[in-house]
Amino acid sequence: MAERGGSEPRTRPFPFPGGQAPRTPRGPRARGAVPAWALALPPLAVLGLVFLYPLALVLRQSVSPDGGGFSLSAYGDVLAQAAFRDALVNTVLIAVGATLGAVVLGFALALVIAFVPFPGGKALSRFVDVFLSFPSFLITLALLFVYGTAGMANGLWTGATGAAHGPFDFLHTPWGVLLAEVTYFTPFVMRPLLAAFSQVETAQLEAAASLGATAPRIVRRVILPEALPSLAAGGSLVLVMCLNEFGIVLFTGAKGVTTLPTLVYGKAILDGDYTGACVVAVVNIALSVALYGLYRSITSLNGVRRARA
Amino acid sequence: MSGITFENVTVAYGRTVVLDALDLTVRPGEVMALLGPSGSGKTTALRAVAGFVQPASGRVLIGDRDVTALPPHRRGVGMVVQQYALFPHMRVDANVAFGLKARKAPRAGIAARVAEALEMTGMTAYARRYPRELSGGQQQRVAIARALAVRPDVLLLDEPLSALDARLRSGMLAELARLHRELPDVSMLYVTHDQVEALTLADRVAVMDSARLQDCGTPHDLYRRPRSEFTASFVGDANLLPVTVTEGGADFAGTRLDVPPAGDVAPGASATLCVRPHLLALGAGPNTLRGTLTELQWRGATHRLCVDVAGHRVKADVRELREAPPLGAEVALHFAGEDAVLLPTGVARG
Repeated sequence: MAERGGSEPRTRPFPFPGGQAPRTPRGPRARGAVPAWALALPPLAVLGLVFLYPLALVLRQSVSPDGGGFSLSAYGDVLAQAAFRDALVNTVLIAVGATLGAVVLGFALALVIAFVPFPGGKALSRFVDVFLSFPSFLITLALLFVYGTAGMANGLWTGATGAAHGPFDFLHTPWGVLLAEVTYFTPFVMRPLLAAFSQVETAQLEAAASLGATAPRIVRRVILPEALPSLAAGGSLVLVMCLNEFGIVLFTGAKGVTTLPTLVYGKAILDGDYTGACVVAVVNIALSVALYGLYRSITSLNGVRRARA
Repeated sequence: MSGITFENVTVAYGRTVVLDALDLTVRPGEVMALLGPSGSGKTTALRAVAGFVQPASGRVLIGDRDVTALPPHRRGVGMVVQQYALFPHMRVDANVAFGLKARKAPRAGIAARVAEALEMTGMTAYARRYPRELSGGQQQRVAIARALAVRPDVLLLDEPLSALDARLRSGMLAELARLHRELPDVSMLYVTHDQVEALTLADRVAVMDSARLQDCGTPHDLYRRPRSEFTASFVGDANLLPVTVTEGGADFAGTRLDVPPAGDVAPGASATLCVRPHLLALGAGPNTLRGTLTELQWRGATHRLCVDVAGHRVKADVRELREAPPLGAEVALHFAGEDAVLLPTGVARG
């Protein structure tokens, strides 16, 4: 019964004939043709001017406080401040908490939308796409209407009990920021998951069920492993976005919660401490770049897996 | 040993009935092929046994157990589908062990059962490979091993060979026949639209069309003695000729034919005469049909002749001719009376 076990190489089709990107010919260039590096110059110049140069200025300001020489004294000053440490801890804790919340909620919701047929499921799936285009402060504003001190929830409570104040007063605490960020960023986890779930064959789920697997086991052993790279990619993306979130924190927790982005804002705009703001910004950038690197490595691993499958 | 019983099973999506009052019994240890064209309801019947469609009425029994309301994971069946449905992130041995772990088989026995199933399907050497590293035929063997590892009483096979090329399909068909001999206690419900698979593998064949069971019998009976025009045309190739029943025979376009009478067709009534193309011989003899040769196809070992007999196209498969008659020639074909079957007139298919 043995049969030659050679596996046929499976590659993802590349959108060019022949399955590979056309390579630039290395032979003699046709006379009059513009060299590739010359074509790359204009976009690089624009990128450098509008993005890299301002970034370099921020970096220079952080290590050259008085406009000359090199000094890390500003870093020493800022890192010694309790406000900075609080902001750093707040930033990381809120980002990690919001990411975990968004991952758990996003996975559960995507699972229901993808695998539990119900009227309006497709419309809900499309709404996720629309939701991604909403500005973050809009969610905060909506939460204020519901959970604010004069919001609907407190209104219902005071109406029912006759009390002067309602019990919901958490929007200006880290929990409020957390709730808003989980609400806003959950669709960012759902989108790649829904794409991954659409690749899971119904036949696999049915085969698993006929073999005796219960629904939780099918989720754990069949669906989750196949969706894990997408879940990790979505989670990493949300973590990076949460670290840099400004609008939600400003709207929701500005009174009691400071994160690195709001600290930059406070130092630069309110205190006029540009050097301190640049130091905090550089720390924030370093955190983001490190996490972006993690995100890229996960997504490239995801790409390799899909190419192999 | 458990068989499968469909008791008046009807499945409908809204107002569309996709399986209409199916009554069918698969005996313990029997291979029953559900044969029919697309949309005939055969896959729906299999999915009703697996628990993936809920009948609107009727009951499904596995052995004496009414499983109609049971969820799929509690039915205790093995299932093999056309697309293999292997779990891509698991190696072959983990795929095969999946059902055993899901059914909480004793941990100590799982490795032995996996090895046994892989041995049975000839996949022992591929235990540590991922599905993507296997060919289509090998993946289907793993799918069969996975279904057999749980030692099901009932094995459901939904067009398991359809994704394979002709050579692999032929080999896998022989392997399935061997597995059936090795596992005589396992009842198999085998869904296919391929008559060769059904005739080769099945102990009995249930022919389905338009959501209904049309015919059921042994492959030999269905082929030699079909009971409807649909069965005659779907199970094998057939000439279906309109005739008038006479005392002791039939009349076809003014030619008297000496064929066995049909039990339920009275003399004078219209009927359909079924003759297999390979049972027609060239030349005059008993039951001779004369006509003009309109097509001649060389098929290697045989020639296919198409002859216009009184406006009706009659196909004949004869052993390769050394000197084939030219197109337009007047030819005679004949057949033995016992090789023909009179059928009640219906709508010819296929």
